[in-house]
Amino acid sequence: MRRWDWDRIFAILLILPSVLAIAVFVYGFIGFTGYVSLTRWNKLLPDFTWVGLRNYQTLFAHPRFQIDIRNTVVFTVLFLAASLAIGFFLAVLLDQRVKGENFFRSVYLFPMAISFVVTGVVWRWLLNPGSPEMGSTGVNLLLEHMGLGFLKWGWFTDPTVLYIHPDTDAGMFLQRIGLGFLTTDKFGISVAMISLVVAATWQMSGYVMALYLAGLRGIPEELREAARVDGASEVQIYRYVVLPLLRPITLGAVIILGHISLKIYDLVVAMTGPGIGFSTDVPAFFMWETTFHSNRFAQGASIAIILLIMVAVLIVPYLYSSTRREIAA
Amino acid sequence: MFRKMLSVVSLIAILAMLLPSVVSAAPAAQGQEYIIVKDDWLSKLADKYLGNMFAWPAIMAATNQKHLEDPSFARIENADLIEPGWKIWIPSKEEAEAFLAKWDPKKPELLFGKPAAGQLVVASWWTAGGEAEGLKGLFDVYSAKYPGVEIVNATVAGGAGFVFRAVVKPRLIAGDPPDTFQLHAGLEVEGYSPEQYLEPLDDLFAAEGLEKVFPADLLTLLKYKGHYWGVPVNIHRSNVLWYDKSIFADAGLTPPTTWDEFWAVADALKAKGIVPLAMGTSGGWEAGHVFEDVLAGTCGAEKYAGLWTGAVQWTDSCVTQALENFKRMLTYVNSDHPALSWDGAGHYLIDNKGAMMIMGDWTNGWFQSMKYTDYGWAPSPGTKGIFVALSDSFSLPKKAPNRDNAVNWLKVCGSKAGQEAFNPKKGSICARTDCDPALFNEYLQSAMQDWQKDAIVPSVIHGAAAIESWVTDFKDAITLFVTSGDVAGTQTALQAACVDAGVCK
Repeated sequence: MRRWDWDRIFAILLILPSVLAIAVFVYGFIGFTGYVSLTRWNKLLPDFTWVGLRNYQTLFAHPRFQIDIRNTVVFTVLFLAASLAIGFFLAVLLDQRVKGENFFRSVYLFPMAISFVVTGVVWRWLLNPGSPEMGSTGVNLLLEHMGLGFLKWGWFTDPTVLYIHPDTDAGMFLQRIGLGFLTTDKFGISVAMISLVVAATWQMSGYVMALYLAGLRGIPEELREAARVDGASEVQIYRYVVLPLLRPITLGAVIILGHISLKIYDLVVAMTGPGIGFSTDVPAFFMWETTFHSNRFAQGASIAIILLIMVAVLIVPYLYSSTRREIAA
Repeated sequence: MFRKMLSVVSLIAILAMLLPSVVSAAPAAQGQEYIIVKDDWLSKLADKYLGNMFAWPAIMAATNQKHLEDPSFARIENADLIEPGWKIWIPSKEEAEAFLAKWDPKKPELLFGKPAAGQLVVASWWTAGGEAEGLKGLFDVYSAKYPGVEIVNATVAGGAGFVFRAVVKPRLIAGDPPDTFQLHAGLEVEGYSPEQYLEPLDDLFAAEGLEKVFPADLLTLLKYKGHYWGVPVNIHRSNVLWYDKSIFADAGLTPPTTWDEFWAVADALKAKGIVPLAMGTSGGWEAGHVFEDVLAGTCGAEKYAGLWTGAVQWTDSCVTQALENFKRMLTYVNSDHPALSWDGAGHYLIDNKGAMMIMGDWTNGWFQSMKYTDYGWAPSPGTKGIFVALSDSFSLPKKAPNRDNAVNWLKVCGSKAGQEAFNPKKGSICARTDCDPALFNEYLQSAMQDWQKDAIVPSVIHGAAAIESWVTDFKDAITLFVTSGDVAGTQTALQAACVDAGVCK
């Protein structure tokens, strides 16, 4: 233990303001939100009567919230998979020391500099399907001109939910093994979410590319050489040498993209809104409406806490392990 | 015996008739106008009306203050020189005493009043187009009367005020409200906890005589917990069916008034490859808007109004029928409705690709701004004789920083001059029934006639019929219904929403 010299006191004084600010404005408010979520404050007038977990019970029984959780999971899985795959692919391409690498790197990275609101508005126009009477628009019009008219579809306006219907073979099988609860649209994929995934992937895959490119550049060429000497094919080199070495990068990308996608709000507001039948609704949007349109402040706080828990489940183990690594180092 | 009873009854009746006149003969609690006659002088009037002949400076100061706002009141330069025919203002006893308490003969400037000054912060969601122009018209009327007041136009954009309300509420809770803010007339006020955060406006309604110029149905809608909380400036109609005249003429059709006619017309149009009903649902509220008109058109005025007061339960068969009608209606709408807002859907009519559209009468102003003239209007199916109304009003928050200026603002909002300046530009009709029809366009003139004779029922999506949490639940149930088509489930959800709002049992 170091002694209390002047340097140490000075250092503490320097960080004290930000520590206090974060304590109040981040952790204090998280605590207050958690407290509000356990009260009866469901009118404009604050009412801090304790009701325990009743807001959470109401929430999980709410059909809109069930749909929102479904949409969030679908969005997160598809968005992560697509961004990682495309980002990795672009990074590998650029890693081939192509001519004009700087130019392409900037092109791929630029979408990330745009806000989700702009992305949302632009993709809303691009994916606006048009109608048979008024004619196709955006991407559908492009498909039509390319002779691929059969690929046209409603994009974010299509409220279809794909799920395993109980009357199909797969549905009956699930029911027989006691998983019948999976055969409802609450465990389906809202196809309208795919449009949001396209827009979000367009924006964030360049960022994943930059992460992977840095990682690829950090892998010593000797390792690849050694693998080639041992007779490994290029595919095997990527499978058994490169990818395992990139695992920390993948983990970092999953954490960063994951917390963005769980909290996604601005993209949805700008691009689709909650959608008809809530086909593109997300918990953050529901929280806003519950709190400020319905004046159900406690109910809104409970949604916020659920969002916090979902993100925490993703991030806390990562923070924990990286902190331990830092201490070890 | 019978005769005796009759005489007792008639005696009571006579007494009851006398009662209001007795009350009004008592010294006015709010002051009164007075026209000077020969042989009047101020201390004589002060003695007669205020019981104190030395109270004449109070009358002089009150009259000069009135003169600043309304030049029809006299300006009394010299207390010893008043002329017959002058209009003066005699304050209430309390006001006179308050003035005399601060009255100092060494400060004669106190007698000449003080023009209104300072700021007036008006918060609304009218940011663009006719709405903004109408608001400016109101500002102009206000500024002509109170030139010393600087108006701060605090607007928050966002359809139907959804974003606006989220901005105003935290300011109310924090005790930092604007001087006055816009709210939909009706039960939307519940969302602001008015007993806590707003001032009741009953006195202002009485002083300005507003109860005589607004229709009785509207006054009923305006009252929440027995008080008025906002002064309505305009009226919009929700249940209008807009149609393209040339499409109807080409197909030899007439605009439908009943449901049977609507189905027949829609089938005929569909067969011709025209979208029978154009709809946009991207804003989240438009489907609910159309459904409220379907509900009124299926249940009728009385039952529809009863659904919002608890007189009719949502389990009623007319709600089932309304949901069935709405479900069938949705088979006639354009496929891209989730991508369009209501005005986006309007392009179907403009481009002659769609025949009809159900939307509020702000559509009229939008059509005009698009230079589209080939349209006609009718009440939406089944709602002939029903006026589904919504209204914008202004409120008076407690702790308004410039309360006097805000009260003057509300007076302007309720006045004939204010409403005539605002409404032709906004594309709405006056809440008052005495506005000059010549100022309004053809559609609005027809709406003014209906406003006077139709049964007025409240719009739910636009905040008049129900408290905000109920509106959200209603909207959510209908949003789900558009894709699920589940009549029974939706009806259960609608009844549950009514129970949750504390109206149904």
